[in-house]
Amino acid sequence: MVRSKKRWMIITSALLCIALLIAGCSSKGNNSEASSPPASNSPSAEPSQSAEPSPSASPSETTPAEKTTITITYRDDGRGPEGTLYKWIEEVKASYPNKNVEIKQTPIQASEGDYFAKIALALKSPDTAPDIVTEDTFMINSDASAGYLTPMDDRVSGWEDWTNGSFIEALKKGVTASDGKVYGVPYNTDSRGLWYNKQIFKQAGLPEDWHPKNWDEVLQAARTVKEKVKNVVPIWMNMGKATGEATSMQTYEMLLYGTGERLYDDASGKWIVKSQGILDALNFVSTVNKEKLGPPLSKVLNGQAGNTSSREYLPQGKLAISLDGSWIAGNYLSNGAAPWPEYKDVLGFTAFPTNKGQDPGAITLAGGWALSIPANAKHKDEAWDFIKYALNKDNTKKLILASGNITVRADVGKDPEYTAMPFNEISTDFLQKAEFRPAQDKYPEVSTQIQTMVESVASGTSPENAAKKYAQDVTRIVGKDKIVEK
Amino acid sequence: MSSVTANVLYQRRRRTNFTWFYFLFPSIAIMLVFFIYPILLTFLYSFTNLALTGEAAKELKFIGFDNYVHMWEDPTVRISIWNTLVFLMGSAVIGQQVLGFIIALLMKHKNRTFRRVIGTVVLAGWVTPEIVCALCLYSFFGDEGTLNMILEFFGISAVTWLYTVPMLTIILANIWHGTAFSMLVFQAALDDVPNEIEEAAVVDGASRWQILYRIVLPYIKQTITTNAMLVTLQTLGVFGLIYAMTGGGPGTSTTTLPIFMYNQAFVNYQLGYGTAISLLLLIMGVVLSLFYIRSVKE
Repeated sequence: MVRSKKRWMIITSALLCIALLIAGCSSKGNNSEASSPPASNSPSAEPSQSAEPSPSASPSETTPAEKTTITITYRDDGRGPEGTLYKWIEEVKASYPNKNVEIKQTPIQASEGDYFAKIALALKSPDTAPDIVTEDTFMINSDASAGYLTPMDDRVSGWEDWTNGSFIEALKKGVTASDGKVYGVPYNTDSRGLWYNKQIFKQAGLPEDWHPKNWDEVLQAARTVKEKVKNVVPIWMNMGKATGEATSMQTYEMLLYGTGERLYDDASGKWIVKSQGILDALNFVSTVNKEKLGPPLSKVLNGQAGNTSSREYLPQGKLAISLDGSWIAGNYLSNGAAPWPEYKDVLGFTAFPTNKGQDPGAITLAGGWALSIPANAKHKDEAWDFIKYALNKDNTKKLILASGNITVRADVGKDPEYTAMPFNEISTDFLQKAEFRPAQDKYPEVSTQIQTMVESVASGTSPENAAKKYAQDVTRIVGKDKIVEK
Repeated sequence: MSSVTANVLYQRRRRTNFTWFYFLFPSIAIMLVFFIYPILLTFLYSFTNLALTGEAAKELKFIGFDNYVHMWEDPTVRISIWNTLVFLMGSAVIGQQVLGFIIALLMKHKNRTFRRVIGTVVLAGWVTPEIVCALCLYSFFGDEGTLNMILEFFGISAVTWLYTVPMLTIILANIWHGTAFSMLVFQAALDDVPNEIEEAAVVDGASRWQILYRIVLPYIKQTITTNAMLVTLQTLGVFGLIYAMTGGGPGTSTTTLPIFMYNQAFVNYQLGYGTAISLLLLIMGVVLSLFYIRSVKE
């Protein structure tokens, strides 16, 4: 009798434990739904309570009751209130006509790679999702497939600016996911090429107006600099995992696409995991490191590498050639991170050649950023209204001029203030032949494998072994039926 | 009368039979919710394609043993296991233990002030938060760091420590950070070795080495194994220190399993694969603990 009672006790307690467990797990789902409405209504709930005791209050007094707060999340690269986006949002916010909407900045301070993981986590839950998020266009497909973003077709089709040709048509591709729907409004784009320091080139006896025809000429120029000018890094490319997408796009893809090879075969819908192009691209990276033409690994393999090259080495005259994006000039403006008034005379920007100089002669990849509305956003309509205002001609122009990026709006592109900016014309010119990253939801995952591969080659692994590992990892990510060898 | 006493006794015994459960229930519940449940969930997720973004983030699919098969084929897993073992042996089992023991031994029979000063200095490394410790040692080993400044002062050219000998730097960092723990444990153990035995050995003409090998070490054998287990488990999970100093690089030269797991889950967005690796780490910890527990019993 005692034993059976004891057994009952244990069984009941065990059941209780399990019930507790289940309650603990499922409450996550219920809680968020239950708690989100009060959270979203909180700004309006408070004033309505205070309005109750005085029903005689005039309508004008009750209007602030409808004040909604929309949050906007973007990446803060460490500059805080000095950052371009921070200042721009403050400016747009101040002039925003709808005073019933309050715009709150909720930046994420992180390295570029960490930012995407952090927003993916934030977008997952209604408790943490902002109302507007800045998305790198390469993540749009992936985040849209994950169901994190709101399709915006109905909204953009009713927006005059979108339909009347103000936005460059080709660049709308960047915000359209593989399901054919639009998931964001782009606010900038970019191109990539070779920045070079004309003063160092002069010292090394190289032409100040430099147009390399193939990779050999680029390497040869770097070798000459190494030989003739002391204490200067001949050529800088991002090569670490820590620099994230910059390594994939500015370095590897510029090289790979320059061999004529691609990451993804559009015709067959398969990822190319083995090709001569992959080896050629990796050999370039390997040559730069073996001949010590590149920066010390301690500088290039950490998350700050991009800033080190553009904000320190290049302005300080410690770097001859930099394979980087068009936007780095934004650092040198008077309100930039590293003001450098002489940059327009000292720096040159030239197209990156194909490996043997074959057609089309030069290559560039274009990317860019967009404003998207998360699927879990609480105030989608208010968010959309704000996006329309923030990305109108005047506000887009303000952002573009401050950041040094290329505009996605044709009307801003014609603006004299914009065309007067040094290098804007040449970088916009590069866009004519621009290539885009594969619009595939697996791209971000493949991209991190590219970064691993490039870093391993930079730190001594043979291109063959690194490429083999890449093929293996990509196969696992995309599936055996989605790969092709060339 | 006697039957009443028996009844009371019986009731009391019955009560004690159940009371243990009432008292243990809160801790069992907490263990279940915060320990067993996450492990079960991890186990479950390791058989899925769980991802942070992309199609897989929307539709969770069971993919059988794919993650494990891939783990078996992935050369980086092997490299990571090797790195973890090297880091473990170098920094914990040999570094912290031996150094901790030597410090404790040298401090024995010394005067109080000496013990206090040295003890505090060694403890400083231990009480420093991991990330602060990582930053300190990063700036010590960095290109323009303290170590290179000292070397340059003596005319020796600078070395990029974090890139030429990355494993050594993180091992030294972890030794710096964790030695105090072993030192404290060994100090307590050494204080327990009765002076009489040592004195008797001295009278018998034993040398200092003989005393150490034949008397002191066998006497504190249990403590050594227990300490080795604790230090091993602490070191197995070290993440922040390595992540902040080298990020697992250059290449994969300092990628230990925790770093590899983080990279797969939050850099490559492959949460499912990351959880499979975390289970491997868990198994490693369990196996090593069992090994230590067995050697304690022996």
